Amino acid sequence: MKVSIKVNGVQYEKDVEPRTLLAYFLREDCGLTGTHVGCDTSSCGCCVVVMDGDRAVKACTMFAAQADGHEILTVEGLAQGGALHPLQQAFWDQHGLQCGYCTPGMLMTSYALLKHKPNPSDGEIREELAGNLCRCTGYNNIVKAVRQAAETLQAAPATK
Amino acid sequence: MSTDTTIKGSLGVPMKRKEDPRFIQGKGNYVDDLSFPGMLYMALVRSPYPHAEIAGIDISEAMKVPGVVAVITGKDLEAAGLGWLPTFHGLDKQMVLAIGKVLFQYQEVAAVFAESRGAAADGAEAVQVDYNPLPVVADPFTSKKDEVLLRPDREAKTNHIYHWEVGDRDRTDQALQASEKRIRQRMWFPRCHPAPLEPCGCVAQFDKMGRLHFHVTSQAPHVYRTAVSLVTGIPEDKIHVISPDIGGGFGNKVPVYPGYVCAIVGALKIGRPVKWIESRTENLTSTGFARDYHMDVEIGAKADGTVTALKVSTTADHGAFDAAADPSKYPAGMFGIVTGSYTFPTAHAEVDAFFTNKAPGGIAYRCSFRVTEASFAIERGMDILADELGMDPVELRRKNFVKKEQFPFPSVLGFTYDSGDYHKTLEVALEKIGYQALLKEQAEKRAKGELMGIGISTFTEVVGAGPSKHFDILGIKMFDSAEIRIHPTGSGIVRTGAKSQGQGHETTWAQIVAEELGLDPQNILVEEGDTDTAPYGLGTYASRSTPTAGAALAMAARRVRERARKIAAHLLEVGEGDVEWKDYKFQVKGVPAKSVTMKEVAFAAYTNMGQNEPGLEATQYYDPPNMTFPHGAYIAVVDVDRDTGEVKVRRFLAVDDCGTIINPMIVEGQVHGGLTEGFAIAFMQEIQYDKDGNNLNTNFTDYLVPTSLETPHWETAHTVTPSPHHPIGAKGVGESPNVGSPAAFVNAVVDALSPLGVRHIEMPVTRDKVWRAIRDAEAKKGQS
Repeated sequence: MKVSIKVNGVQYEKDVEPRTLLAYFLREDCGLTGTHVGCDTSSCGCCVVVMDGDRAVKACTMFAAQADGHEILTVEGLAQGGALHPLQQAFWDQHGLQCGYCTPGMLMTSYALLKHKPNPSDGEIREELAGNLCRCTGYNNIVKAVRQAAETLQAAPATK
Repeated sequence: MSTDTTIKGSLGVPMKRKEDPRFIQGKGNYVDDLSFPGMLYMALVRSPYPHAEIAGIDISEAMKVPGVVAVITGKDLEAAGLGWLPTFHGLDKQMVLAIGKVLFQYQEVAAVFAESRGAAADGAEAVQVDYNPLPVVADPFTSKKDEVLLRPDREAKTNHIYHWEVGDRDRTDQALQASEKRIRQRMWFPRCHPAPLEPCGCVAQFDKMGRLHFHVTSQAPHVYRTAVSLVTGIPEDKIHVISPDIGGGFGNKVPVYPGYVCAIVGALKIGRPVKWIESRTENLTSTGFARDYHMDVEIGAKADGTVTALKVSTTADHGAFDAAADPSKYPAGMFGIVTGSYTFPTAHAEVDAFFTNKAPGGIAYRCSFRVTEASFAIERGMDILADELGMDPVELRRKNFVKKEQFPFPSVLGFTYDSGDYHKTLEVALEKIGYQALLKEQAEKRAKGELMGIGISTFTEVVGAGPSKHFDILGIKMFDSAEIRIHPTGSGIVRTGAKSQGQGHETTWAQIVAEELGLDPQNILVEEGDTDTAPYGLGTYASRSTPTAGAALAMAARRVRERARKIAAHLLEVGEGDVEWKDYKFQVKGVPAKSVTMKEVAFAAYTNMGQNEPGLEATQYYDPPNMTFPHGAYIAVVDVDRDTGEVKVRRFLAVDDCGTIINPMIVEGQVHGGLTEGFAIAFMQEIQYDKDGNNLNTNFTDYLVPTSLETPHWETAHTVTPSPHHPIGAKGVGESPNVGSPAAFVNAVVDALSPLGVRHIEMPVTRDKVWRAIRDAEAKKGQS
């Protein structure tokens, strides 16, 4: 079947099997391998992308067909004009990653969170990230990173 | 010459990680990110039965599935002489695809190769296998009876795999009998799984000249190359193994798995690249599990608390094949570290391992081989002894610690502890957590019937395998290696035989080299995991990177410096003996104004080397003279809800001593991560089997790993006791928190419940278990 999905500002028109998951559409049809797959049960959140500007979705739990006509933002679309997004900068500054496998999902979930709640408390950050597993960091530094990004974004609201 | 005064030390600096820019931008390069023209996908058919004869396999329907190209079974592999693969310590072999029968649920039975991921899965569904179920042995105690022989393929007609022991049994038994106080406790360290977020996988392909290029999630790519050569008969020069970015390993990515062999066979047979990426369920049900040790712990002591003897007898469940990735001569790994941080005059430890109808493994999950099990046994045991003596567990530990002046300390079970200051580390922890105030608070709460617990663990690890006279895998000695090339403009490339899976080698290795050579770590490129370019090494697990490859790297850098010194002498127009290395520069002895930087020397090494050998590089292979022995003092504070059994970890402090710290930010991150996995093992993670051999924890909805909500806030601190034999004094830290913390958590919960008379509780300490323990204890009190 044919799908038309805008990913990181680029329109992709592709002919896919109806059962194609959005995660594999992004990885294999669009070549955007930053979105990862870590489980079969929608538990780990490595595949989280942002749909239509502010909605964090698990791309392993959606068919590509369900994203037809929608806009998707993946980790590859975060940096603008060579400048890291404040969330990316904050994960780097705060040592919010180790093996890096969960990182794209963490970033995209946090991105959607900050769209809805620009100044979340630590508890709210932890609650929002509860659908994203990390085996390396123990989350403490991830929470710090999201808080740093929130502060940066609030100080410069023009930033995406 | 030099006017550059900006060169600073790179060691001990919290430098931001050099690998991060690619990970935060989705530019990582994991195995599943690779794609090659004509690439096929492989899916495995797995057994639904834990123990069954295979009456027949019909692949005809699978071959009709659109896109399916080929199917192979155990018989095909056996005919090609590839039916079995050796396990790493060489004591057993493992079926690649089931031959004649299956021995555990989810065992690999057939491999399907197809044009797409979906077609491969459809093909696997369509393979028809006829099974005749056999009686199931689901625990080692049933296995021990030998009523059902699981491995008739082996020479010894028994389910008993090995008996291993160390220490003086008779002397220990006598000392235990003579002891004024004596405790005995059965502890089960349950089966768990490392579950790195990236599952295992590979892409196998042969180039036009028939050379195998094998991208794989491997913590030990060189060992894989040798193992693949030994299994397939392909000459080793025709094998190129590449470990790209790895999404966590934690020991799970050390063994060679059947899927890898199948992918290579498929690529060879079909003549196209083959990708195999396991699912999470496949990861949890068939690849290396950890622990599953049933330990009987006995400690004897004098009435004043001085320990007199330790005895630990363990029954180990190794599953269907003995695929534990232990060094050849150490089937129970470094379990001999079980005397921990204490001066036992006598001790004895033994392990008997058995086959069962469960997945094979027994890998070192974020620890040196079997060190977590041993640390848990002694640290839990010491608390039980303290309870028996009516003594503060802190006081008991203080009384029995190895003293700092006793190092190097020969433990009664055969290790020589390199260095440590256990008293100091504990005092730092007690001070920082406010132990006295906590005890006061606890007494007040107890008076009100509230359950608050304080748990201590003062563990000693043994890591960095290891001296080649003791340690090998498949006969390959456990040395490691490093190579440094400095380019004309003062940047360079570094390669080692280790392989980062998140540890941050691209940063820490650059820091070591930069420190030794006075160069900018930002311009030291670190490359690992490619067997065509990296020097041979045994890989990264068992906290061995820093103790082995890190040491090799520092020594290689010093070799570079010695070569550079000759060129510096030429540039400074003095004899080599008149040149000294000071403040990260070469200078004429006593004349600081006359100096050259390494950057200047590097340029001269290619442009103006005088009579000296051109170029600036060195390779170093390093066989460590001893292991390193990191230690720590951990304190957990918990509150237990008496009505629901819920445990809340209020505080957790880890004071680690890992010797010299290369990058404090990375060390802290590793401690956070290790504590989280220790927390998970203590409270959540377990691979359970029912009595029929069914795996009950096959995905992340049943195998619980902690999220940001459950994970406590971690407090950390350090003492620094350098390793005397390591070139920079570092010991390794990545695994300490996972080794040391489970006992601290459990000790805290048991301490909370101790007013009710609870003495032990098995991991994982779930709310349900705690609630039952409280209920049972209260019922018992009611009766008495």
